[in-house]
Amino acid sequence: MARLAPIDETAAGPADSGADWLTGWRNGPADGPDASPDWLGAARADAAGRFAGRGLPDRRVEDWRYTNLAHLTGLELDWSPAPADVAKESLPALVFGREAECRLVLVNGQVRPTLSTVPALPGGTVLISLADALASGHPGVADLLRQRVAVDGGALKALNDSWLEDGYVLIVPDGVTVDMPIEILSVGTGGALPPAYQPRNLIVAGAGSRVTVVEHHVGLCIGGYFANLVTDVAAGAEAIVRHCKVQDESREAVHIALLDAALDSGAMFDSFCFTLGGRISRNELRVSLDAPGAHCRLNGAYLAGGRQHCDHTTSVDHVAPETHSEQLYKGVLDDRARAVFQGKVTVRPDAQKVEGHQMSRALLLSETAEVNTKPELLIHADDVQCSHGATAGDLDGEALFYLRSRGVPEGQARQLLVEAFLNEAIDAVALAGMRLPLERNVARWMAERPRP
Amino acid sequence: MAATAQTVAQVRDLGKYKHGWETEIEMETAPKGLNEDIVRFISARKDEPDWMLDWRLKAYRHWLTMTEPTWAMVDYPAIDFQDIYYYAAPKNTEGPKSLDEVDPELLRTYEKLGIPLKEQEVLAGVQGAPKVAVDAVFDSVSVATTFKKELESHGVIFCSISEALQNHPELVRKYLGTVVPYTDNFYATLNSAVFSDGSFVYIPPGVHCPMELSTYFRINAKDTGQFERTLIIADEGSYVSYLEGCTAPMRDENQLHAAVVELVTLKDAEIKYSTVQNWYPGDETGKGGIYNFVTKRGACRGDDSKIRWTQVETGSAITWKYPSCILQGDNSVGEFYSVAIANNAQQADTGTKMIHLGRNTRSRIISKGISAGRACNTYRGLVRMGSKALNGRNFTQCDSLLIGDRCGAHTVPYIESRNRTAKVEHEATTSRIGEDQLFYCRQRGIGEEDAVALIVNGFCKEVLQELPMEFAVEAQKLVGISLEGSVG
Repeated sequence: MARLAPIDETAAGPADSGADWLTGWRNGPADGPDASPDWLGAARADAAGRFAGRGLPDRRVEDWRYTNLAHLTGLELDWSPAPADVAKESLPALVFGREAECRLVLVNGQVRPTLSTVPALPGGTVLISLADALASGHPGVADLLRQRVAVDGGALKALNDSWLEDGYVLIVPDGVTVDMPIEILSVGTGGALPPAYQPRNLIVAGAGSRVTVVEHHVGLCIGGYFANLVTDVAAGAEAIVRHCKVQDESREAVHIALLDAALDSGAMFDSFCFTLGGRISRNELRVSLDAPGAHCRLNGAYLAGGRQHCDHTTSVDHVAPETHSEQLYKGVLDDRARAVFQGKVTVRPDAQKVEGHQMSRALLLSETAEVNTKPELLIHADDVQCSHGATAGDLDGEALFYLRSRGVPEGQARQLLVEAFLNEAIDAVALAGMRLPLERNVARWMAERPRP
Repeated sequence: MAATAQTVAQVRDLGKYKHGWETEIEMETAPKGLNEDIVRFISARKDEPDWMLDWRLKAYRHWLTMTEPTWAMVDYPAIDFQDIYYYAAPKNTEGPKSLDEVDPELLRTYEKLGIPLKEQEVLAGVQGAPKVAVDAVFDSVSVATTFKKELESHGVIFCSISEALQNHPELVRKYLGTVVPYTDNFYATLNSAVFSDGSFVYIPPGVHCPMELSTYFRINAKDTGQFERTLIIADEGSYVSYLEGCTAPMRDENQLHAAVVELVTLKDAEIKYSTVQNWYPGDETGKGGIYNFVTKRGACRGDDSKIRWTQVETGSAITWKYPSCILQGDNSVGEFYSVAIANNAQQADTGTKMIHLGRNTRSRIISKGISAGRACNTYRGLVRMGSKALNGRNFTQCDSLLIGDRCGAHTVPYIESRNRTAKVEHEATTSRIGEDQLFYCRQRGIGEEDAVALIVNGFCKEVLQELPMEFAVEAQKLVGISLEGSVG
């Protein structure tokens, strides 16, 4: 069924930025589930046209000014990787340090029921693969997906929109509280050719529901792969959605993630992103506060060394009055690592009584690390309180001196200060059980980092 | 408070834009439009050396390959660059030796400008007038330059750039285009091709310029784009404070202003460049008004040198301006203090760039944006710490104040750090005038409009106090006038 419409080879676009690179993509997703509705084929074809007309973004695209994807075009990718052979024992334990009660495993973007443990969830909560959701014609899924796919959200989203094959779907009915954290373990494996995959995830939280999702992205190989994921979140009135992401992909992987959340009145979206892995990674959040009382907290911590490039981009759109947002991102850079933080806070006309605050801090530990920050405030209403702050620099010399003067050796003093620096962000993780393991990750990273 | 009382009086007098009139002086104009012949005509009229013409032509040819930038958050109808006069000179330009020789019409023009800076007295040669040297630019050509003698005795060169091309071509050739190359950006390139006139300042080594230098720009003739080119060089160990102020007559068609200002400081030198910009902002619906697309940049070439930009931007329909500093010398310092007020349908996209290249370079950015009515005010800035900017230091503070619920305030900073030892700090806030502050003033019998002027003046104080005395007084009044009609 729905194969991609053939693409006009003469169309302007990615031709010069790696025509070979896209050969595999042009062949489209492998035959989708037979029950795929007609709209899906049309939506894929439409998105494919959008991507073909645009190609990968380069520096001239303002949103991608600091993140260069040219690395990708040099790779010959396997766009339809065969299911990789992964043993359940080889999967990492959850970052909690204990076995998850509920864990859905994706390998190269495909849901693998045999590797997953999904118990019966309370109140009719559904956790299934997108492929199954589409095959069973789940009405809530189709409606939301159709609506989100139609939105033009840039080239990488169009690339994901052109696929729409698999991913996870989590639906929490109105008024249901899911106590156990739902773990999504996404595994990337290498291959003869680096796999490329485009999972599409949906989180639908009904009015008054509560749910916590922990996304854990790991690489089970040394080599590279290209993960381009999109997660759509819809939170109904008074819903509380917590999303905690640990990105520990292979150091050669390219990980591009977009999460697009729409919040109804009184809803709360709490996001935390911990970035460790990936050669090039981008975690982009777009949150639309659509009704009064909607609130979001976006926090993140990142550690990057070697030649890693990590990008955190956020866009919070205060569409409705009386909405709130808070953001705190902190990162530590070593060696030749580069970090990007772009944060946009928009207040629409008539969205009065809005509060929006944002802070980004970066520590540079080496002579060759680099950080580029672009916080943005776009305010169209007057009764607002908005602020942003950004800092970049070395550790505070006075704090270091204080510790040294009390007999703490320099190396240890630096480690203490770096940990304290990041812990401010980690403290914001809503899931208390996550904090300690994350702090241990920081300590390990510091201990293992190569010394000059 | 005297300043507030003056503001009240000024607001009362105002009625309409105070500086809205047109002086009828015979003009000599080149035909409308732009082509190589026009560039040659401008160069020939000014009797320029061949290298200057070549440079202009190179710029013109490069300009043809460029497209107008669209990234700024400003919205205006497309400009027809072939519908502009690129050269207009007052007929009476044979360099008046004294005030008597100045066209009386021009003197009356100055009279209408009011006496904010006492230029009237200076121009009239009143004994005891403050020592402010004025190089008045009247529609593109300098007509009156005063205090030349005293400056000459210190070896300071302060003249129009056309004169400098005649008398000091080696200096102009050495520095022109070295800070803003002719390929820099669309408007700067256009300016390089057709610049009509502007000021040239050279301060010799070790000289502390004995007075503040000042230029009054006025745009006059109908449909004349004004393409100023200013070049200021502070040689080793010297100091100069330069003031630039602007007014323009009222008219319906939009006017284009694309100036270029280049500053160079050598070792231990300092330039303080202050601007009060009060061009016609257009009427309440945004009709008319000046398009102000300006490229201003300074290079701290020498060690321990310093450039300080201070600007009060209250006029123009559109302001597109980013006075910048390239901190090349070790220990060099760049500072930027800005107040930008946009009312009614004005749009301002302004800010600065601080490029840290040398060691121990420091920069400080204080920006205060005020939006009222349906105006849109954007701070756009770049701070870059190069990999060799050891111990570089930047502090940035951008505050926006919103008056009314139809206006917009945007902050778009770019912060790039490539050095561990460099420290960059940025903070920005957006809020409106506190109701409690307003209530406090109102309760003490201060009218709403005056209360707003008072509060806004307080909000801008950090910047206004950086201005030279004469400008500070004028700027305070301007703040009040610019926000007229924005409340109630």
